[in-house]
Amino acid sequence: MDSKRINIKIKEYGMVIALIVIFLIFFILSGGKNATPMNINNLVMQNGYIVVLAVGMLLCVLTGNVDLGVGSTVAVTGAVSAILILDYDLPIPIAILAAILVGLAVGIFEGAFISLLGIPPFIVTLATMLIGRGLTYVALQAQTKGPLPNSYNAIGAGYLPTITIQIGGFAFDLICFLVALAATVLLILSEYKSYKRKLKYGFAVNPLWQTGIKLAVFIGIIWFFMYRLAVYRGIPIVLVIMAALIGIYHFITSKMVSGRQIYALGGNEKAARLSGINTKKVYFWVYTNMGLLCGVAGIILSARNGSATPKAGDGFEMDAIAACYIGGAATAGGIGTIIGAVVGALVMGILNNGMSLIGWSTDIQKVVKGLVLLGAVTFDLVSKRKK
Amino acid sequence: MSEFILEMRHITKEFSGVKALDDVNLKVKKGEIHALCGENGAGKSTLMNILSGVYPHGTYTGEIYYQGEACKFSDIRESEQQGIVIIHQELALSPYLSIAENVFVGNEVTGMKGVIDWTETRRRAQEVLAKVGLQGEDISQPVNSLGVGKQQLIELAKAMEKNVSLLILDEPTAALNDEESMHLLEIMLQLKKQGITCILISHKLNEISYVADSITVIRDGKSIETLEKESTEFTEDHIIKGMVGRELTNRYPKRESKIGDTVLEIKDWNVFHPEDANRKVISGVNFKVRAGEVIGFAGLMGAGRTELAMSIFGHSYGQKISGDILLHGKKVEIKTVKDAIHNKIAYVSEDRKSYGLVLIDDIKHNMSMAALKEHFARKGIINQNKEILEAEKYKKLTNIKANSIEQNVASLSGGNQQKVVLAKWIQTHPDVLILDEPTRGIDVGAKYEIYCVINDLAKQGKAIIVISSEMPEIIGTCDRAYVISEGHIAGEIQKDELTQENIMKSIISHGGKRSNGQ
Repeated sequence: MDSKRINIKIKEYGMVIALIVIFLIFFILSGGKNATPMNINNLVMQNGYIVVLAVGMLLCVLTGNVDLGVGSTVAVTGAVSAILILDYDLPIPIAILAAILVGLAVGIFEGAFISLLGIPPFIVTLATMLIGRGLTYVALQAQTKGPLPNSYNAIGAGYLPTITIQIGGFAFDLICFLVALAATVLLILSEYKSYKRKLKYGFAVNPLWQTGIKLAVFIGIIWFFMYRLAVYRGIPIVLVIMAALIGIYHFITSKMVSGRQIYALGGNEKAARLSGINTKKVYFWVYTNMGLLCGVAGIILSARNGSATPKAGDGFEMDAIAACYIGGAATAGGIGTIIGAVVGALVMGILNNGMSLIGWSTDIQKVVKGLVLLGAVTFDLVSKRKK
Repeated sequence: MSEFILEMRHITKEFSGVKALDDVNLKVKKGEIHALCGENGAGKSTLMNILSGVYPHGTYTGEIYYQGEACKFSDIRESEQQGIVIIHQELALSPYLSIAENVFVGNEVTGMKGVIDWTETRRRAQEVLAKVGLQGEDISQPVNSLGVGKQQLIELAKAMEKNVSLLILDEPTAALNDEESMHLLEIMLQLKKQGITCILISHKLNEISYVADSITVIRDGKSIETLEKESTEFTEDHIIKGMVGRELTNRYPKRESKIGDTVLEIKDWNVFHPEDANRKVISGVNFKVRAGEVIGFAGLMGAGRTELAMSIFGHSYGQKISGDILLHGKKVEIKTVKDAIHNKIAYVSEDRKSYGLVLIDDIKHNMSMAALKEHFARKGIINQNKEILEAEKYKKLTNIKANSIEQNVASLSGGNQQKVVLAKWIQTHPDVLILDEPTRGIDVGAKYEIYCVINDLAKQGKAIIVISSEMPEIIGTCDRAYVISEGHIAGEIQKDELTQENIMKSIISHGGKRSNGQ
């Protein structure tokens, strides 16, 4: 009984452990290069848009489907904002708003076909993928549009203001320190609250040492991460966007009725419908939301590159889908968490980054990523079957 | 050599430390119909899975002798070669293939080099179908165009084609109505005459006493006793006592009915088939149910009872629905399930796995699913503490056997799953509760507990509709019953006249009237 429960807990954090192990392997292979302040910063910048997309994709995966149109929608929205800024001289906020609205429109388009007409999401989003990519080429006349102004690029490559302080000859950012402190306090408080709640209702609680190790690992990661960012250039704006989105969607999926409805629909659509859940509405909002997040990712990507290119976002849908599955989501739907998808995205990101640092070609990188996806899902399913 | 075709001796099987079977002995005589009885989870299916090689030799202890020889099957194929064929509760037919193709699936009639001989296939299919009473069926139609009863017979035909000598039927009549069940039992008796031995797993004691020559009762993984038909102990009461280990003097708990005002009234209700706008499925139905009253919808399967209930429950079935719904005397519009829940109507589906539960989720989430928005959330944010408290409360109230409310419902037994679905709908605080086959496929003990819950709800003044194909259940639980036949109300029977004969009479006379009229 007890050993079973502990096993489950270890599995829950299996991917976090894998994340740390992968990081350590590349730390050794690259001679410590992947832990330099600059590289930690790069990790955030490079993976920001994948994390954003994985968050949206998880909702699609929870319904038992995927959105293949993600990469193309990212390209379309990036192109829209670049064209509005460079060709029409519109103010940046308006261009951003327009890009997000275009993303939303694509989502509504997909959602309408899927929910109102009952066309399978695979078909609808495959069509979106083709249409979106084609339209991007048309709009950009198959050329890169840039350079975008610096104030726009700050979204993808800028930092929060810093307050540099000196301690013992070290210069670092006070904001990072405060954020790390706040995160530590919040983590401990939430763990304490859930511990007390479990005791109150007589649920099984993990032994204290386990909780202790878990907290120590998470807090350790946060401080290491924030320290590296602090001695570099402070907190990237992308990180703020990421954190906000992760927080919002984690709350929606775990604490709100609308989130629970997605799980119920993915777990058993017929039962969900007979329980008063408007399944068409759920499908509509899941895909509309995905479009919206594609808009956000499109802005981040074009801002980071300083330009919009017709090939932008190529293959992003596969990265986002892979992140969800690596993070423990079930292909049949109904199982998966936002945090899992984020961890999955980070696993992919750290792999990419580490392999680039040690000079492996992108061809080999694809092979490795494929193997990791297959391995993670196989491990997940086989270990479940044993139980 | 021996009069026994099959002997299973001292079979013990463990699943991760838990004994599912503990020193079970089963002896089956050649040419008899041997019934295997026991509550759900008693180990009947496990025993049959061992016999057919689903659990290969070596994963259990004990010996199996079949036709005098020791058997060590390592998969189903080996047991089938010996003529042991099992027909599972869930039908294993491929819905879009034709009858003929299904009969020979995995056992194709081939010429040289694996090329299928279609002429021979069709000829033999026709021949074998005649043996199971399906002569005259078009063998090229897809099986999904047949009803469940006939599909069950196709399974039988499939087994016959494998040169079966020992046929195992796992709950073959669970999804059949009385007429179809009777037909299947007759076919079983015919097979017996042809020398085929049968093992029948069933909950339905009346069927067992009709066809079986002997019975082995299994309880909690142990074989309790074997009764011969000639023995004086071959009675339903004795069998039930053996199954549950206690005397169930009354299978239906008593209820003091305190009937109040009319809660729900349906007037002139008409429903058309969802895919065929010209086919009327329900026509001109009127009925009412009062507070504290339990009414029954009796009738044969396919009579339209589920369709009637689901169409009332937020138009979940059918199209071009017309008629009035009056709640507490006031006319209401109920067009979606959400409206229905809001108007305090609840519907517990006959198929809990497909329509009632999210199997991959836990008890507490399943229980709050239908009431989440109205009773567990404020501004869209779920009150998770309340969710836990209510789930604990109903787990205790309905006596659900589970480690905790965080256990997945997939791992619960049928009876406990049914209690979760019941609790889910009680949590919506309904005034009207429609229970569609509330005890299908669950054991005697769990049935009793569900009847107690029904009585309790009636006592609280709720209006309850029970749809059931088991006439004793309608008679045992209801204050009044409507007999439904071919989408019409064929009759209304008051408590004091509620007997199986009257229900059957009502169905038959209605059918007669209809065919005379046409």
